Amino acid sequence: MLEDWQHGGFGVYVHWPFCQSKCPYCDFNSHVSANVDQKRWFSAFLSEIERTVVGLEGRQLSSIYFGGGTPSLMEPWLVEGILDALKSKFLIANDIEITLEANPTSVEAGRFQAYHDAGVNRVSMGIQALNVPDLKRLGRLHSVNEGQDAFDTARHIFDRVSFDLIYARQDQTLDQWRSELKQALAMSVDHLSLYQLTIEPGTAFGDRFSKGGLAGLPSEDLGADMYELTQELCEAAGMPAYETSNHAAVGSESRHNLVYWNSGDYLGLGPGAHGRITQYGHRIATETHLAPGKWLDAVENSGSGESLSRKQDGFEAQEEALMMGLRLRSGIDEVRFEQVLNTKVEKIQGLKEIGMLETANGFLRTTEQGRPVLNAILRELLAG
Amino acid sequence: MTKLSNIRNFSIVAHIDHGKSTLADRLIQSTGTVADRDMEAQLLDTMDIEKERGITIKANSVRIEYKAKDGETYILNLIDTPGHVDFAYEVSRSMRAVEGSLLVVDASQGVEAQTLANVYHALDADHEIVPVLNKIDLPAAEPEQVCEQIEDVIGIDASDAVHISAKTGIGIPDVLEAIVTRLPAPEGERDAPLKAMLVDSWYDSYLGVVVLVRIIDGVLKKGDKIKMINTGALYPVDRIGVFRPGMEVIDELGPGEMGFLTASIKQVRDTRVGDTITHEKKGCTEALPGFKPSQPVVFCGLFPVDSAEFEDLRNAIEKLSLNDASFSSEMETSAALGFGFRCGFLGLLHLEVIRDRLEREYNIDLITTAPSVIYNIHMRDGSMVELHNPADMPDLTHVDHLEEPRIKATILVPDEYLGDVLKLCQDRRGIQEDLTYAGSRAMVVYDLPLNEVVFDFYDRLKSVTKGYASFDYVMTGYREDRLVKMQIMVNDEPVDALSTMVHTDRAEARGRAMVEKLKDLIPRHMFKIPIQAAIGGRIIARETLSAMRKDVTAKCYGGDATRKKKLLEKQKKGKKKMRQFGKVDIPQEAFISALKMDG
Repeated sequence: MLEDWQHGGFGVYVHWPFCQSKCPYCDFNSHVSANVDQKRWFSAFLSEIERTVVGLEGRQLSSIYFGGGTPSLMEPWLVEGILDALKSKFLIANDIEITLEANPTSVEAGRFQAYHDAGVNRVSMGIQALNVPDLKRLGRLHSVNEGQDAFDTARHIFDRVSFDLIYARQDQTLDQWRSELKQALAMSVDHLSLYQLTIEPGTAFGDRFSKGGLAGLPSEDLGADMYELTQELCEAAGMPAYETSNHAAVGSESRHNLVYWNSGDYLGLGPGAHGRITQYGHRIATETHLAPGKWLDAVENSGSGESLSRKQDGFEAQEEALMMGLRLRSGIDEVRFEQVLNTKVEKIQGLKEIGMLETANGFLRTTEQGRPVLNAILRELLAG
Repeated sequence: MTKLSNIRNFSIVAHIDHGKSTLADRLIQSTGTVADRDMEAQLLDTMDIEKERGITIKANSVRIEYKAKDGETYILNLIDTPGHVDFAYEVSRSMRAVEGSLLVVDASQGVEAQTLANVYHALDADHEIVPVLNKIDLPAAEPEQVCEQIEDVIGIDASDAVHISAKTGIGIPDVLEAIVTRLPAPEGERDAPLKAMLVDSWYDSYLGVVVLVRIIDGVLKKGDKIKMINTGALYPVDRIGVFRPGMEVIDELGPGEMGFLTASIKQVRDTRVGDTITHEKKGCTEALPGFKPSQPVVFCGLFPVDSAEFEDLRNAIEKLSLNDASFSSEMETSAALGFGFRCGFLGLLHLEVIRDRLEREYNIDLITTAPSVIYNIHMRDGSMVELHNPADMPDLTHVDHLEEPRIKATILVPDEYLGDVLKLCQDRRGIQEDLTYAGSRAMVVYDLPLNEVVFDFYDRLKSVTKGYASFDYVMTGYREDRLVKMQIMVNDEPVDALSTMVHTDRAEARGRAMVEKLKDLIPRHMFKIPIQAAIGGRIIARETLSAMRKDVTAKCYGGDATRKKKLLEKQKKGKKKMRQFGKVDIPQEAFISALKMDG
């Protein structure tokens, strides 16, 4: 019999926390640092791999993901070294997906071939917008043409290329988004991540917003209109949403991200990386030190970058699975997650009655109407 | 035992913020009653709420020894009385316990309505009154005008008003001399049977009920058996003392003196403000005039937000009742809110104070339902019932007519805001009775329905006059009017906690205002929600709260699961502050906010 996590797969996440500049909307763990001693970081990553694989050796690995920060600032030999180390510890699936997040600048495009040679087979590019004023507002360093060129380079080198756009930007109209999205769909390869701009506390945008700045953000209604338009255009272009903000041609979904949403296991390497690992019948949630310097010190001096390791009880793990799994168009397996679903029968029934949830092929999933209000659904299910 | 001629009993009459507490503190300090290092602001206000709001709820007294210029040492008993209209009866009793008053008026502000109401209590009690102009050091002080105003409005001679600054201490010695030379000494017979007034009482967790008394005749000693004339209760006295302002035990209290007694009395309910205390044997036969049991005039429902806290609420209300005989409570069940209590209060301030104490001292989140007055319902069969809760309104086919309580409101307001004040009173169904001028300020007297005032009248008055108006009222009686019960329906379900009594002519406007307010107060849900106001079966106003369209978090990957979980935990707490009606969550503050009228 399969272990439960195997339904979701097993992936490794590698966090590279450095950027050339910090984007004003970004609340990820990213830092601007001029001098990064990549050799020192390499040793630290190797040490963390040795520490975390204990008990997991021989598992089949379905994906590796370099996220950040800006992992396209990593030297290709560093990427290769980490991949080699991982490959020596795990069984590698024939179709393993190895993704690297990249900024679309010419400097980075120059390294694409080397990343490919190191083993990377998919890139996810932070294009974010297709016009100059919006790129500037979003704090992006690339120009429209530079972005296009980098993207063209990538699609010639890699079979699988995804890119991100942010919509519902300041002063953006529905029509502007329509034409921009059409342009994006025309250049797309097999995957698109389309995020509604979210103002997060602790970011430059968050500060401006709380001080009454950042005029021209769309109303809830306009944001919803843009979301609906996005679904419609992507669907028509053969790139339906398989998750709240992720669209792909059938079969080209991000395997790594599916590990999260399908409650598979994942190892988190690097500062601030989270992990979920099933061992001896328990799911363990892990975290590492968030600050790059602190993580590096901890790894070098105490042999572990871990800041937290906590056993989730079965119910908690299932609640998390519900929270993550309902983001998927396909929903969650009613048999696999019956422990949590059985405690919420009445609430689920109520949500079905008002047209928010439905069951299809043994999976509980959101309806078209329910998808954009998932937070309210989760509040009802998990915070009631 | 002090000679009568060396005792002075007095109160301080002042509007809020005119410096009553500061003057009291200064008198206590300058006579060395309290060492400087022990001084803290508002010594006499012991409750947090009193200090915070700058109001006095409980009467309190302090005994000050003062060596006067004539070489004699005097005992000055200052009684600090509640100043708010809600406690008018308590004020009137406190005034009867002393012979004189200091009338403190802010020299930059002038006489206010509350000053007026309290000075009338003092005049009713035949007080000698010494006008004191405070804040004389402020650049905006206008002592001449204010003296003129005192003479015009109150009708007492202000030519020898004492000029002081309680804050800096200017004029404090003059006040002390004026107390001794201008206020009368008390009268009384040491050899007559004991006759003492119960001025106020409160619960002390160590001593039980502490009773503040003023001896009229006779002598009260430790060990005496006393009797409360109006309640007939008997107690052996176990402690007698005075406040300086801390409790100090003494052997006896003689005529003219003020102090406290404890007598193993368990509940404040067993003591009634204004009652007469005498000896069980050879006592006086005649009670002091003016005693009346307190009557709540404003009612509202108090429900725990978390229904699991009902028992905590019950315990808290019981404990508070021990210390406040004027507040009534009985258990109530609401279809929407579950178990709670219908509570009666002396007025709105009293309501707020009790609610604040329940929330703060007992840490219970409360839903407060619409405050209601007592309506008299005259039935077709000739009987009359009192309606304390609109939800209990009987079937209209049995009702002949309704009567509602009315008040006489006195408002003092600078000229420039008079129009706004008249409009406000008119909007609240007021009938103008009088309009006079004193300098640049107008005094208006209105006959108003109490139910138009209990809720947010004072807030509105403050806002339309930028805080320059002052307001006081007395209950006058009941009058018939065309009143109906208005129901609010949320998602087609009646929410009984939002039912109110309204005047027929104003029902529609009121209903529309409420549903519009609720539309803003209730968060969007996953479905659209009709919000309606109805009288009987007739819908008089309707709004629709549209469904939420988008709230999903854009990004949620491996590292976000924990954070997202925390957010849900937070929302869980937020949801506890809401009450569910059918499928709709209504935030706790909506129950009160929906009733506030902006115009």
